[in-house]
Amino acid sequence: MSKSSSILFAGFGGQGVLFVGKFLAYKGLDEGKQVSWLPSYGPEMRGGTANCSVIISDDPIGSPIIDEPDILVAMNLPSLDKYEASVKKGGKIILDSSLIGRKVERDDVEVFYLPATQLANDNNIPKLANMIIAGKLMKECDAVSYDNLREALAHVVSARHQDMMDINLGAIEIGYNA
Amino acid sequence: MVVFDKPHALTDAPLHYCPGCTHGIIHRLVAEVMDELGIEGKAIGVAPVGCSVMAYNYFGCDMIQAAHGRAPAVATGIKRADPSKVVFTYQGDGDLAAIGTAETVHSAARRENITVIFVNNAIYGMTGGQMAPTTLPGQVTQTSPYGRDVNVAGYPVKVAELLSNVDGAAYIERVAVNNVKNINKAKKAIKKAFQNQIDGKGFSLVEVLSTCPTNWGVTPEKALTWLEENMMPYYPLGVYKDIYAEEETK
Amino acid sequence: MAEKVLMKGNEAIAEAAIMAGCRHYFGYPITPQTEVAAYMAKRMPKIEGGVFLQAESEIAAINMVYGVAATGKRVMTSSSSPGISLKSEGISYIAGCDLPALIVNVQRGGPGLGGIQPSQSDYFQATRGSGHGDYHLIVLAPASVQEMASLTFKAFNLADKYRMPTMILADGTMGQMMEPVSLDMGEVETYEKPWALTGTNMEREHNIVNSLSLVPEELEKFNFERFEKYKAIEENEALCEEFMMEDAEICVAAFGIASRVSKNAVLEARKQGIKAGLIRPITLWPFPKKAFRAAADKVKAFVSVEMSMGQMIEDVKLATECKKPVSLCNRAGGMIPSPDQVLNAIIEANKGGDK
Repeated sequence: MSKSSSILFAGFGGQGVLFVGKFLAYKGLDEGKQVSWLPSYGPEMRGGTANCSVIISDDPIGSPIIDEPDILVAMNLPSLDKYEASVKKGGKIILDSSLIGRKVERDDVEVFYLPATQLANDNNIPKLANMIIAGKLMKECDAVSYDNLREALAHVVSARHQDMMDINLGAIEIGYNA
Repeated sequence: MVVFDKPHALTDAPLHYCPGCTHGIIHRLVAEVMDELGIEGKAIGVAPVGCSVMAYNYFGCDMIQAAHGRAPAVATGIKRADPSKVVFTYQGDGDLAAIGTAETVHSAARRENITVIFVNNAIYGMTGGQMAPTTLPGQVTQTSPYGRDVNVAGYPVKVAELLSNVDGAAYIERVAVNNVKNINKAKKAIKKAFQNQIDGKGFSLVEVLSTCPTNWGVTPEKALTWLEENMMPYYPLGVYKDIYAEEETK
Repeated sequence: MAEKVLMKGNEAIAEAAIMAGCRHYFGYPITPQTEVAAYMAKRMPKIEGGVFLQAESEIAAINMVYGVAATGKRVMTSSSSPGISLKSEGISYIAGCDLPALIVNVQRGGPGLGGIQPSQSDYFQATRGSGHGDYHLIVLAPASVQEMASLTFKAFNLADKYRMPTMILADGTMGQMMEPVSLDMGEVETYEKPWALTGTNMEREHNIVNSLSLVPEELEKFNFERFEKYKAIEENEALCEEFMMEDAEICVAAFGIASRVSKNAVLEARKQGIKAGLIRPITLWPFPKKAFRAAADKVKAFVSVEMSMGQMIEDVKLATECKKPVSLCNRAGGMIPSPDQVLNAIIEANKGGDK
């Protein structure tokens, strides 16, 4: 059966929301799937909320706009407040429980509480909570598979920052095993 | 025997300018310079909107007509597309100093390697004698019928002075075509402005004080006197900027 | 087939333009198209003969385009809605001088300063000729990042072929989104340009690029000749995609991002037993009249889905000669219709058609 996953990543500007979305889109592309990546844009990106919509699908993608995500990744409280209700019934929510104090109110979705920021700080990779969450997402959702990560990362980590490859891979692993 | 002949770089098309208008002289000077520098074959001229809009018919080189005020931007495009060409604009005061102020200032700021011939006659001629950005205080025009009131209409724009403060401008000179001596000086300035481009020296502009007997409402002869008595005191002639001369004297 | 890479729509436009042989780009920053300029700023200085220049205004940028176009070289500018208004004087000159050039409009909501979110409200401006005078642009409306690239490439060929300005009419979503792109663009078509300003080299009469003509009989003649060309373009270059139209009873008309949303709605309508289909104009001018005329004999009703207050709907009505009802399903000001909204419009149209 053909499969399609719509993922909404939401958080503060600077949390790497667009980056992690791009990584997963490339991962999907590497697996031969159809993908789309759509960011929010404009002044709201400057220190405000940022989000991006990623669709990974076996079939051609109609609209790249996600009204009801299969998966919501909420990296701060405003994002959870804003998007919790929109998640598809039976969908999944992954949230950074180090930054979000409250629980998800819905009982018709599967929720994963991951203290991503705490884990990042503990492991001395403070900017990589986003990639820790990516690891968790790969574990709990079947949007993309947990293999050939280096290849997908190479698309998004610039040549100047090759030293970041292993650090990013490490972060994904932390999330996957958390 | 010296035969007074038409420069090659002027076509045979009869000029449409009014009797006594000095556009014809300035056209001739530009054409003579093209002949003397041997650049007609690689020159591309940009005609403005205004009295000289049909300059594209008069110069023998390739020509393009630009929207009002945009000639320096058009010239920028042409020069960037082929830097081996010699690109010049020929613009009046409304075109260059009112609607096209931004294009003028910024092509100078970029030190765009083009030559600008700026004809200042203190009035809009083509549309029948309205106030120009260079119309003098107190000067009567169709749209300043009681004389330009600087409290209402503001002050004239002194283009040479203004552009001399733009770092990118390489060479700025103001000349006049009111008598033989000044015409010779004007030609020298125009020739330098073209030579600068050939030498890759960058933005060169020659402001030429010119007459408009028809819209000033005076005879051609009186127009020359009017230019001398009114325009030249307000718009003093001279070299306003010449970065290479400055460098040489250092 | 070239390997697929993920690109933003705006970047795909820029890269395809370079592949099409465009070496001259002039622009001015405006959201949501600034990535085109940024991409060109990075790439052009690294390419032989490449020129990137940030102009002092959109007005200056389009006139620089005019200058390069007159020399016969491929050239483009890009902007978003308010900037296109500023460029429209120059576009009129380029059209009036029969010069090839590409103008990209990554639309945002208007009027006035409007907003920065995606919109399709410059449809009239694009398809009716944005500036003064009788003229058209060939207007191409991509609906994927792949088409942002391929239609840009095509637009350069069409511009040279017909000696006229062409336009890519996209929107903020198309500009900002990333999708896989194959940069396998095909042939750069080359055309003789004896009219170009290349210097006489003292070997020929001077070329004059000019749109001034004070003799009305002459100016009329130029207009008639230009419209003969337009007629040929309407005959030969109209393009559209038909989706599930074979047995369709309700025809949705939508272009660009609105067509993507509409496809979802068409599929959902089919699940609910309504025979819906979609005609997606790829060229907005020339409008794919034949496809709509043919559909008018088969379907019960049309639904025009637009991110404007309803502009393309007029062309749908004209093309179908009002043989069938045409309803409007729209959002405006930077909003995008949802598949549910389009689905409801299809359901309504289906009911209406039964009466």
